[in-house]
Formats: sequence, C-alpha cells, structure tokens
Amino acid sequence: MKKVKKTREGIQLDRRTFLKGAALGVAGAALPSSNADASFWDSFFQKHFQEMNEAEIKQVIERLEKEYGEKYKKAITVGNEKAIPGVLFGYGLDLSRCIGCRRCEYACVDENNQSKDPQIHWITVLRFKKGEKWVDLEGSDKYYNPDLVPEPEYFYMPVQCQQCENPPCVRACPTQATWKEPDGIVVVDYNWCIGCRYCMAACPYGARHFNWTEPNRDPEEINTKTHYLGNRPRYKGVVEKCTFCIQRTRNGRYPACVEACPVGARKFGNLLDPNSEIRYAIEHKRVFRLKEDLNTYPKFYYFFAYGV
Amino acid sequence: MDRKKTGLFLSLVAFLGIVISSPYLLAEEQEIPKKFFVPPPPFSPGIFPCSQCHQGMPVNRKPRKLEMHQDIVLKHMPGGWCFDCHNPDNRDKLRMANGKLVSFEESYILCGQCHGTILREWKAGLHGKRTGMWNGEKQYRLCVHCHWPHEPRFKPIKPLPPPVKPSDIK
Amino acid sequence: MGNLIKNFFIALRQIFIGNRTYYLWIAFLSFFILLGISAYIDQLNRGLITTAMRDQVSWGLYISNFTFLVGVAAAAVLLVVPAYLYNFKPIKEIVLFGELLAVTAITMCVFFILVDMGQPMRVWHILPVIGAMHFPASLLAWDVVVLNGYLAINAIIAFYVLYRLSIGKEYSMSVIGPLIILSIPWAVSIHTVTAFLYNGLSSRPFWNASILAPRFLASAFCSGPAIMLVLFQIIRKLSEVEIDNKAIFKIAELIAYAMGINLFLLGAEAFKEFYSGAVDSYSIQYLYFGLHGKASLVPWMWSATLFNITAFFLFLFPKTRENFLTLNLGCLLIIMGVYIEKGMGLVVPGFVPDTLGEIYEYSPSTSEIIVTMGIWAGGALLYTLLLKFAVPIYTGKLRFETKEHRRMSTG
Repeated sequence: MKKVKKTREGIQLDRRTFLKGAALGVAGAALPSSNADASFWDSFFQKHFQEMNEAEIKQVIERLEKEYGEKYKKAITVGNEKAIPGVLFGYGLDLSRCIGCRRCEYACVDENNQSKDPQIHWITVLRFKKGEKWVDLEGSDKYYNPDLVPEPEYFYMPVQCQQCENPPCVRACPTQATWKEPDGIVVVDYNWCIGCRYCMAACPYGARHFNWTEPNRDPEEINTKTHYLGNRPRYKGVVEKCTFCIQRTRNGRYPACVEACPVGARKFGNLLDPNSEIRYAIEHKRVFRLKEDLNTYPKFYYFFAYGV
Repeated sequence: MDRKKTGLFLSLVAFLGIVISSPYLLAEEQEIPKKFFVPPPPFSPGIFPCSQCHQGMPVNRKPRKLEMHQDIVLKHMPGGWCFDCHNPDNRDKLRMANGKLVSFEESYILCGQCHGTILREWKAGLHGKRTGMWNGEKQYRLCVHCHWPHEPRFKPIKPLPPPVKPSDIK
Repeated sequence: MGNLIKNFFIALRQIFIGNRTYYLWIAFLSFFILLGISAYIDQLNRGLITTAMRDQVSWGLYISNFTFLVGVAAAAVLLVVPAYLYNFKPIKEIVLFGELLAVTAITMCVFFILVDMGQPMRVWHILPVIGAMHFPASLLAWDVVVLNGYLAINAIIAFYVLYRLSIGKEYSMSVIGPLIILSIPWAVSIHTVTAFLYNGLSSRPFWNASILAPRFLASAFCSGPAIMLVLFQIIRKLSEVEIDNKAIFKIAELIAYAMGINLFLLGAEAFKEFYSGAVDSYSIQYLYFGLHGKASLVPWMWSATLFNITAFFLFLFPKTRENFLTLNLGCLLIIMGVYIEKGMGLVVPGFVPDTLGEIYEYSPSTSEIIVTMGIWAGGALLYTLLLKFAVPIYTGKLRFETKEHRRMSTG
C-alpha cells in the first residue's frame, strides 16, 4: 500500500501513517532529550530508599545537591543522619499556655522550606470557643484573625503530624514511599512518592499536604541545611508533612516550632529517657492524645500544666 | 598532762565529726545547686548595680508612692510592695521571706518560694521557652527573661496571619 | 505466526471501514479526546492545581469516575452468571459484548488513575519486584492486582472466543470455562476491594461503615447492566447481531432487584446516621441537607435519589419494563443517579467535614471536566473499535484466513 500519495492538493498521507507519525512525534516531544537528562534518567530509575546501600544513597545525594544547586543557585546540603539508637521522639503540648500566635506555624515554614505560593503549612492552629465542643474538632476554626491573642473566650490547639506509632498512612501507601523510622518519625521519600494521595485520605489529623503545583520558594529564604527525608526542597506532585525537624532532632537540637514558641507551650524529648521533660509531663500531667479511639498511638501528647 | 590529752582528743573527735557529718548537715538545707546555666538578668541599661545610688541612702520601709522608679507599676501579688522581694539593706540582692539573700542571677529561687510548682517544673524542663539541645545542654532562662516581675502577666500579642483558604489557592 | 499478524491487520482494517455515521461518531469522539489531551498536558505542566482538589478534599472527579467504572466493569458478571451458570440462552449470546465492556471500563479506570496521580511517570513504583508494591497492607496495591487480573481474564476470554469464531471454529469450554467461573468471584472482588480501600480508613467516618461494600456491589449491579442495555439496543440497531428481547427484559428485572437492595441499604445508612445523630453523621447531613450553610451537593443528591427510586419502579413492573420507552428512560435515570451517588455522593462527603472539621466545598474545575470527558470519549472510542471487528466476527461476516481454510476475508 502506498504510504504517500501525490494529489492535486499536495502530498496526502494515508491515515495510518499520519497517526503513526503523530504518535511518535508527541512521544518524542515528551521524552527528555540530550544533556541535562542523564540526571533525569538517574532520577527516574532511582531505587527505593530502603533498598539502596550507602554508596548508592551517597550518589543520589550528590545528584540532588547538584540539582538543588542549579535550581536555587545556592549550596544546599542534603544530610542523611540516621536515627540515634535508644531514641523514640515524643512531643508535648501545653494547652494551658498556647495563645494561638502562630509563631510555630511560620517558624516551621522557614525551617522546612515550605512553599509560600501556593502556601503549605505543616502546622495548623485550631481555635475553639470555651464551653463548646472541641474534642471532635468539628467546631474548630483555623482561619481566626483577631487583633490580639489570646482572646478571652477562646483557647487554641495546634495540630501537626502526630508521628503515630501505628500510622494509618504507612499502611495505606501503595508504594511504601512513607514509612516509620526507628526513632518514631514517619518520613516520606519525595523521590519515590507517586502522588496518589491515599495517605492523605488515611490520615485522621489532616497532617499530610500535597504539592498541587511546583513548590515556590524564594532562593533567599531557603534553609540550606536539609535532610533527605525531611526539609529538602520538594517536587510538584508529592506529599509532604512535619518530620519533627529530622534535620535538627537527629543532631540533638529541638524542632523549630519548639524553639519558636514564645510562651513555652511546646516540649520535646526522648520518650525512652526517664529524665526527659516529655517523660516528666507524661508522668506528672494528665496527658491525652487526639483521636485516641482510632488506635493510632500518636506521639503528640497534649496536657494542661496549670494544676497538677 | 591528762587534761591536755583529753582536750586534744575531744577536738580531734569534734573535727572528725564535723568533717564526716557535714555533707549530711548541709544537705538538709536544700542548697539549690548552680547547674542551671542561665543568661544574665535582663536589666535595663545602667540600672545595676543598685548600690551605685542606694549606697548610703537612708532606708524607708514605709509602703508609699516612690519619687524614683515611677515607670514601675506593681501588678504582682496584690497588697505587696517593693521590699517583699527587694532587700532594703543591700539593693544588689533580693531577699526571701525567711531573710535569706538571693542574687539577681538566681532570682528563680525567690520566685519559687511562692510559685513552687512552677519552679519544680522549670527545673525539670517542662516550664518555659525551650531551646538548646534535647539530648545535651538545654538552655534555661531566668523567670524574668519572659515574665516582667513587676507585671508578670503576658500581654496579648498580634497573631501571625491565618493560612490561605483552599478555595483561594489557584 | 505470519497468519496471526496478517489476521491482526485485517481485523485492524475493519476499524477504517464504515459509513458516514460511523465517521461522524469517530470525529465527535476524537474532538473530545483531543480536548482532553490538551487539558491533561496543561495539568502535567502546572500540576494538579488545575483541578479543584486541595488538601482538604484530595480526591475528586477522577476518583469518582474510577469508582463508578469499576462498578460497571464488575457488572459484566451479571451477564456471566445467568449465561453460564444457568445456561440462560438469550443472555449467553451477548456475554461477549459485556466482557468487551468490562475490558473498556477497566481501561478507563486505569486512565482515571493515571490522570489523578501527581507523578504519573513513577507509576512503575507500584509494581512488585521492580517497584515496591505494598502488598498486602495497602488496599490500593490489592486494587492494582485485582483490576489487572480482571482485565486479563476478560481480555483472554473475549479475544479467545473472538479468535475461535473468526477462524470458524467453536470455542472450547474447557479452556475458558475455568476462567469464566473464576471471573464471577473475581468481579465481586474487584468492587469489594475498591469498596475496602475506602472502608478501611478509620479517619473518614463516612466511609468507615460496614455498609459500604454491599452498597457498592448493589449500585454496581444497577449501573453496569443499565449501560449494557443501552449499548445492546444500539448494537442491535446498527448491526445484524440479534439480541433477544427476553435477554434485555431479564437484565432489566435483575437491575430492579439490585436497585431495590441499593435503596434499602441507603435507607439503612440514612437511619443509622440521622437517628443516632452523632458526629459521624455530619457527612451525610452535608449531602442531603447542607452543613453550616454549605449546601452545594444537596440538589444533586436529592435528584439522584429521585432518579433511583423512579427507575426502581420503572424496572419493577413488567409493564414499564417491557416498554422500550420507559425501559430506556429507566436506564438513563439509573446511570445518572448511580453516577452521582457513587461519584460525588461517595468521594466528596468522605472529605467533608475534613479531619480537622473544616468544610471545603469541592466542585470540579473546567480542566478536570474536560479531561474526564476526554477519557469517557476515549472509552467510547475503544468500545466502538472493539465492536467494529467483534461484531462482524460474531455475525459470521468476517472470517480469517488460516492454513486450513482458503476463504477470503470479506469486509
């Protein structure tokens, strides 16, 4: 069958050839071409983080640092600190002190390189009216904007990833892109996540956030000390969440939100250390956790320090 | 001869007794060890040492409105006044209810005599702004670094902006 | 082998042979497909922000359509059971078209998942061995396994039967019999697994109800056969395939029973939520009455319920069931009713109110709707093309060359 016919109007391809050509053309345009994209293919074929050995991880980190350097014109280090043995992180929140000022929310944004436009916040501060329902969270308001806080008739409760001991998100993930580390932090591998958002449906605390578009961060505001599983710059189409500032806590420092709180409502420490302040809180205060009935066993303990 | 020997012997016993029992005696006084490394007290510039003005000044223990220090309005402990905490005889120290003197660098001991439960929690790391290293040296602060002792209740502050609503994310 | 390839191209050539209506239909579908592709390319460039989904409602139109189509695919079994288990001859002849519909529906499901993913190039991560499939913990991993298995079963059965018919031979029950028997529980399982992936989430009380899986199956067995009834009438009209009215009326009767069960389950769910009135009931309250003044889905849900009830009665009574006007009206009502109920009436209220009590009223963006229409057009095109050579083979018009036969293929 002749593929190309010359007619009065010009060259006429027969349908099949046209379709074949068009398909190849579209596919060809979609494929990454030439140079910059040896990196693309490395990225595409990157293995699951837990299946890579140290040498492979080192290569991945080198590639990432190079990519970030090119993108943000800054030297960004991607760390890979392992969990400290004998450590299980716990977080305490003193509800009698939180004044709803949101300084934790924004300190987190600065420390963890979150996108400013579209805005992603890992911490949500909820406001409740005194005397009304609050435990089921249905009456909460996160968009409050008074002139001054605290307001006399309201109280405030910040929520972020609870780093559950029995995390529903880890169970739900079809590709094992999110898992629980030995020190209790639930992490996401941004290079493995396929963006199906099943984990977001599974999380009872609204703690997981999605990059609906390319995250937008001013290079001036980038925190250059990052962790592979934590605050390194993310991509469009992947899920992210609070990691208890893994880049800080695995180096012995407090998470940014703990240090930012002006009234000392946030406490952090090692649950396995009997002398830590979080153990003190658990042993001396009446601690509770959100949605305990779901048996997620969160590590985020709320309590009221006023009174014993 | 015997009296001398007895005297020596008794002194030796007494000396040994004091040396051996001193740790136990001292421990009962509940000396607060100086292991809370806190930053220096946040004095207004030039106000310390107080003795630079108060040295030699006659002491007037009558509660009254002062001619100096008029910027300080006491809203702490209703019915109280300056000398409930400040030491009239030496302004460079604070004074506890039992007369014991406390330096400004350890003012938490003074606060703790009324706010004992808070002091207990502060020592455990549960009270106050938490910075430093969770598995190493925590940074402690004096009470007065956050609570202005003359009006300790926090004033309301302006909150940071609320998050963007999902319908506004384009 | 050479014959096989030659025959494949002969079958392929069938799709280029048709009358004007056929080409107009293909052009119509291609228009929507191209629109859909362009909207999807925009979505690939900018990310899923082109949809109206946000953190609070992170699944929307795409997953709604996916859920609906899994039900349609599962319903092919409604034909298989009477055809093969009860040897009900009028239906036996049309099982093939039901299976081709199942193949099309599963393919559309796969496309809806692909367009919903944030990183579609990484889809291989979900595979076992080369990826990191989280089986058996993740219900999505189960869904991948069962859906692809169902696709394979139906494709094998349908193409095997077509191939045997095309070379003028009978198909052997010993080959496809076990597969057909397997497809019955497998069809139930695909929709059960899809129901379970919602059901297993304790974070979403609207979904975390035992009634979800039975409701899924009941509504699947209404909507899938209703689509098939419409399609069979079209096939009957446009080709020489004979489909007995008895088959159509029997299917309609089965739809009536399935819809009856569906309505009963809806009633049961409504009673539990509204009577006990606990916090878990806020989602269904949002659907039917609005919550805190937000009520965008209310008219949709009442319409859907009205459609379903009307269709139920239309199909229940033989008089309206056997009248083609009311029959087709009933089919249309059921398709619309179940589409709304299973789509927006299932996915969105799971996220409203969200886990922290916020209400975000999701309403699909134009880009989302165009991509969805593109995939539906693609599915329609696929089914059309499949039928384009399946029907001539079925009616005996098309036969292939084999080494034994020297009959020429006609076209």
